[in-house]
Amino acid sequence: MTIIYLLLAISVLVALAFFAAFIFSVKSGQYDDVYTPSVRMLFDDELVKPATKKNKITPNKIVKTNKHN
Amino acid sequence: MENCFHCGDTCSNGVIRHSDKSFCCNGCKTVFDILHDNNLDYYYELEQTPGITPKAINGKFDYLENETIIKELLDFNEANTQIVSFLIPAIHCSSCIWVLENLNKLNSNISTSQVNFPKKTVRISYNTAQTNLKSVVILLSKLGYEPYISLNDIKKDSNAKDRSLTYKLGVAGFAFGNIMFLSFPEYFEVNEFWLEKFKYIFRWLMLFFSLPVVFYSAQDYFVSAYKSVKSKFLNIDVPIAIGITVLFVRSLVEVALDLGTGFFDSLAGLVFFLLLGKFFQQKTYNYLSFERDYKSYFPIAVTKLDPDNLTNEFQTKVYDLVQDDFILIRNEELIPVDGILKSNNAFIDYSFVTGEAKLVEKTLEDKIFAGGKHSGTPIIIKVTKSVKQSYLTQLWNNEVFSSANQNIFQTLTDKISQRFTKTLLVIALISAVFWLFLDSAKVLNVFTAVLIVACPCALALAAPFTLGNLLRIFGVNKLYLKKAEVIEQLAEIDTIVFDKTGTLTTNALHTISFKGDSLSEEENNQLKNVLRASNHPLSRALFNHIKSNKNYNITNYSEEVGQGISGTIHNIPLKIGRFDFVTLDLDTVIKAESSAFQTTVHITIGNKYKGYYAFKNEYRNGFDHLLNQLSKSYNLVILSGDNSGETDYLAKTLSSKVDLVFNQNPNDKLEFIKSLQQKNKKILMIGDGLNDAGALAQSNVGLSISENINVFSPACDGILDASMFINIFNFLKVSKKGVQIIKYAFFFSLFYNIIGLGFAVTGHLKPVVAAILMPLSSISIVFFTTISSYLIGRKIIKKSF
Repeated sequence: MTIIYLLLAISVLVALAFFAAFIFSVKSGQYDDVYTPSVRMLFDDELVKPATKKNKITPNKIVKTNKHN
Repeated sequence: MENCFHCGDTCSNGVIRHSDKSFCCNGCKTVFDILHDNNLDYYYELEQTPGITPKAINGKFDYLENETIIKELLDFNEANTQIVSFLIPAIHCSSCIWVLENLNKLNSNISTSQVNFPKKTVRISYNTAQTNLKSVVILLSKLGYEPYISLNDIKKDSNAKDRSLTYKLGVAGFAFGNIMFLSFPEYFEVNEFWLEKFKYIFRWLMLFFSLPVVFYSAQDYFVSAYKSVKSKFLNIDVPIAIGITVLFVRSLVEVALDLGTGFFDSLAGLVFFLLLGKFFQQKTYNYLSFERDYKSYFPIAVTKLDPDNLTNEFQTKVYDLVQDDFILIRNEELIPVDGILKSNNAFIDYSFVTGEAKLVEKTLEDKIFAGGKHSGTPIIIKVTKSVKQSYLTQLWNNEVFSSANQNIFQTLTDKISQRFTKTLLVIALISAVFWLFLDSAKVLNVFTAVLIVACPCALALAAPFTLGNLLRIFGVNKLYLKKAEVIEQLAEIDTIVFDKTGTLTTNALHTISFKGDSLSEEENNQLKNVLRASNHPLSRALFNHIKSNKNYNITNYSEEVGQGISGTIHNIPLKIGRFDFVTLDLDTVIKAESSAFQTTVHITIGNKYKGYYAFKNEYRNGFDHLLNQLSKSYNLVILSGDNSGETDYLAKTLSSKVDLVFNQNPNDKLEFIKSLQQKNKKILMIGDGLNDAGALAQSNVGLSISENINVFSPACDGILDASMFINIFNFLKVSKKGVQIIKYAFFFSLFYNIIGLGFAVTGHLKPVVAAILMPLSSISIVFFTTISSYLIGRKIIKKSF
């Protein structure tokens, strides 16, 4: 049953690891704003969209700028 | 009427058609163009009409070229990179987040921008080789997201956020979990072979885990208990601190002398639950500030002019202004100092100071007070007093604004804990004495057990959870309170003092009414065409009021400063303006009818006096109903800076008893509140402008009412959205019920304490009993208070919609 010493050591180490992770996350400001990231996450797909669109739209855009001139 | 594709407002000034879409103004159209040309159309897909109409910015941000000002605004400044954080009150939806985080598509020198939505701030880093702070700010403003830069920003000492409560809660939770896990075997398995062998290491580990809980997480309770004992006032933290100390010392002794397991589980659990309550109560409206004084209203810098050559402009900090300086105030800029007007005429809006959105006309050499907002062409002012000595800022020298004078409010919990602590000590002593005769070996055991089990965990949680929950419910209903304590103070109110202008009346709505011979449609058309040419604010208001869409050519148009305008259409002369001005060349003498208390615009068409338009602030819908409701349980007072012109009207409309006090300057208002307080009245002051700032600070609870909560309101205990004005009665009622809930919860927790004391005084308190009783009482209190405060809170929502 002396294995219990090892088990205890492991359990305490695992707990400490999670505790350290928590401290790190607070310190790095992850708990300062808990709302915006939830919205920002939804934009991840859309951030790419303008870039791909750009290629298709370019001809139109040239026509438009010509009009202005 | 069509709505603007960008901002969603109705296009009342004519529709601008562009790309198959309608816009209400050129500003909105420009923003659309900028976004569209940069493939940022997704802005409009995220939300319907997310935009904000941009304001004119000519020269407004010139001070951002001043190196010393820039330096004070920046968060980071190294080599070619600068990082700056702005408060942008206009941030309101996910489209805002999206476009602000895509600023780099609009200006390639911006490397990143990150929005903090709850705080309404954006943090932007950019490359200084190609761009500068001013152009970043101008880009933001062009998009309608004008940053709010004020004197307060320049004096921010540090951006350090207080995260200590989160850390403390984390530490307590971590220790609590581990200790529970280690103490569990000993709850049930008694005298088991392996457990007997290993229990020592379990106990020492528990002791080890409890150290950070006692010495770090619980440290606030010791500090607060020490302070309260020192000031001879026993608050709730005293029995808590005693409880924690006794728990720890007794457990330490038990483990060290091999007497038992100790109460480490209860100790960690107690601290964890208490901190949880604190955390829950700590709801803050980050983007609102309740501490604003004049500094937040004033700009950082103004345009100073060279006295010898007035075309020579340079930027200077507002604080550096001295007497006899010349400054230039542009359209929509705030006048930061008292001075004398050196331009021909100016229109000043003193709504910041008086709460009344009325333009006051000033002419050459007139005295101008700080706090007014100028509208129209730029004006020049000669400074007579520096910022700190100005009439408006003088109010802040009053002692109410020094924090030392904060009236200390004794919360319900504090009141009860006074008696509770004394009773607890008496019970502990009596049972100790009793056991001294019965079985002297058990004296210490019983004495400590009483102190442990009576530790008022549930008592301490009742108020934070009830008030914290109500604070959130009030927030949903657009009453934003500074802290949870204010709810308790609201429940004690017996007198309500209202400011009139801006509080009982609206700022937004001008009622324009016409008195005199009714105008024909043709006459209206002519009137509108003459008004079109004038930039006078009253002309603009009237122009928007008159419905007509025919265009005529005007001849002989002229505008006389401070008098009125005249013009001729189809050989018919029209005159619009002051009574004396329009009736000047009339053959017949007419007596002016209008009262002196109204703003009026008189009209003659074809040399015939037609009548006048009167501008009036409108009382809020349902204000008389609200006052009637309130008058049943509160003393009501209306306190106004205006002359008594409307006494008759108010007396007639109000069927209930309301005291009317007029002609009060900001300082009178403060003194008035003070005199009521000396008669032991608990006062709720509801006001809006800076003129109420003193009264708001002096009163027991100061609520500031605001048409738009992002517009800055004076220092107060809470900000109420104007749309919820008629619900003030409900808010007060709910506050009272909230306090009732806390009282019920107290009885509830006392009941648990009595059961616990039963175990303790008879000498039967086992660690497992404490470990069950303490969380059980805490959790049931949390459950009870949360559910019942939710139920009473629902009533406000029901009634308002």
